[in-house]
Amino acid sequence: MHNIVAIFKRQIMDTLKNKETLIQFVMFPVLTLIMSRMIHVEGMPGNYFVNLFASMYIGMAPLTAMAAVMAEEKEKNTLRVLLLSNVKPYEYLMGVGGYVWTACMLGGLVICMAGGYDLGKSAVFMGILAVGFLVSILVGAVIGTWSRNQMMATSLTVPVMLLFAFLPMLSLFNDSIAKVARFTYSEQISRMLYHLEGGWQQAEGIGVVAGNLVLFAGLFAVAYRKCGLE
Amino acid sequence: MGIQTGEISSRKPGEYVRENYGREQYKKSSIKWAAGAEHISHRFGEKRVLQEVNFQVEEGETFGLLGPSGAGKTTLIRILTGQLKQTSGNVYLLETDTRRLSATQRRQVGIMMDCFGLYDRLSAYRNMAFYADIYRVPKSRIREILEQTGLWEARNCAVSRLSKGMKNRLSLARALMTDARILFLDEPTSGLDPATAKEIHGILEEQHKEGKTIFLTTHNMYEAEQLCDRVTLLSNGSIVEEGSPEGICRRYNHLNRLRITLRDGRQIVLDNGKASAMAVKEYLEEDQIVAIHSTEPNLESVFIELTGKGLE
Repeated sequence: MHNIVAIFKRQIMDTLKNKETLIQFVMFPVLTLIMSRMIHVEGMPGNYFVNLFASMYIGMAPLTAMAAVMAEEKEKNTLRVLLLSNVKPYEYLMGVGGYVWTACMLGGLVICMAGGYDLGKSAVFMGILAVGFLVSILVGAVIGTWSRNQMMATSLTVPVMLLFAFLPMLSLFNDSIAKVARFTYSEQISRMLYHLEGGWQQAEGIGVVAGNLVLFAGLFAVAYRKCGLE
Repeated sequence: MGIQTGEISSRKPGEYVRENYGREQYKKSSIKWAAGAEHISHRFGEKRVLQEVNFQVEEGETFGLLGPSGAGKTTLIRILTGQLKQTSGNVYLLETDTRRLSATQRRQVGIMMDCFGLYDRLSAYRNMAFYADIYRVPKSRIREILEQTGLWEARNCAVSRLSKGMKNRLSLARALMTDARILFLDEPTSGLDPATAKEIHGILEEQHKEGKTIFLTTHNMYEAEQLCDRVTLLSNGSIVEEGSPEGICRRYNHLNRLRITLRDGRQIVLDNGKASAMAVKEYLEEDQIVAIHSTEPNLESVFIELTGKGLE
């Protein structure tokens, strides 16, 4: 636990000096605040921007942040030094993953506040985000583990991020895409966000998200066995 | 089959060249080995990088692994520190198989790698504070170690703004933080100007005086001659010679002559033997001698003689 906390704290200090990473956490919450207050179109579903940007935030921020942090540490050999300093791989992953998750949850809280939900719905909203962030962090960890450097991580992250971040939006406009997208966690999370009071297919949603979680955990295990963290 | 006792009695006779080990206090029965390699071979795919490498490092000595770029030095140091698993053979550190070191033993090993491995955006102090946290070392140690490495004044500078020499010293400071018993230094002065290299040599000499074991890789023969009690010459993944720097140079002193420079500018070369004693005595009595040099080669010349190529 000691090492996890140390990595968590170091990551916070590092992010405060790293505008590229910081902007990933801040961009969508700020956009949500601005758009939800400034744009009101007749016939637009309630909290349209809140749900849209929350889905995109889940698909982008944790995934890119996790992959970027890991790839940078690999490229600059700081991860190698850490692992030589008695830090276990799981401690490192939990330290960085915990930090990304916490930062995203803070951003998610801002998005949630922009939605103006009551306490009960806020709790459900944040709970859904928490699960979504977790799966995305796992996807980011797979990419980070697979990548030897930041350039490789970026080229892997962009298509994966676009896929998960934009599928929920595209599936709103196209039924065929929606049929495929329903097997992704981001689409199911998006549906959950649109139906906070219930009414969505709970079994399918939970099943798909759990399935995605297991799938990416498996992929992470493969990537870790093949590439390790060095 | 790792060596458990660390005593020389566990070695096979003749397995290890020691005749040039010039320490008078050397006593077979009391030697403790800080690190060692037994029949280490390593391949990267089809490429053979190390072949049947054997050596031992005594506690408290400064041991140099000398060889040109691509000789296998970094691979060997990575194997010794448990970063890489060798294809065959045994490696041990602090009398334990390297890959089975306990957390406490790991803290007794300081490593300075060929790359800095520092957090560029954080200050020198923050970098050290983070590792102090990881190593569970009191914060007071940070000032101590930064002062020792001459970085205290620059403690608030972001690492990205430090010079290469300062980054090297910071990397060394991190390796020294736990007051480790054994230090692995991979090319500690590579690419540094002579003044900075000298500062680092000073720090290493201090560590040596404190009884730390130092294992360093270098392709700088002067560094090896100046710092090391014993060196191993590595070429194409194999050890070609081993011993004290002076011992090796003496062994390859095929000419075995003395070159005397006289006051009138003449240089005369005499056999290094009894027959020359009278001549030297006469020159000394007449106060004609400016300098006397032996014709023994330096480590680089020995390396060239053994491998046909230089150390750079």
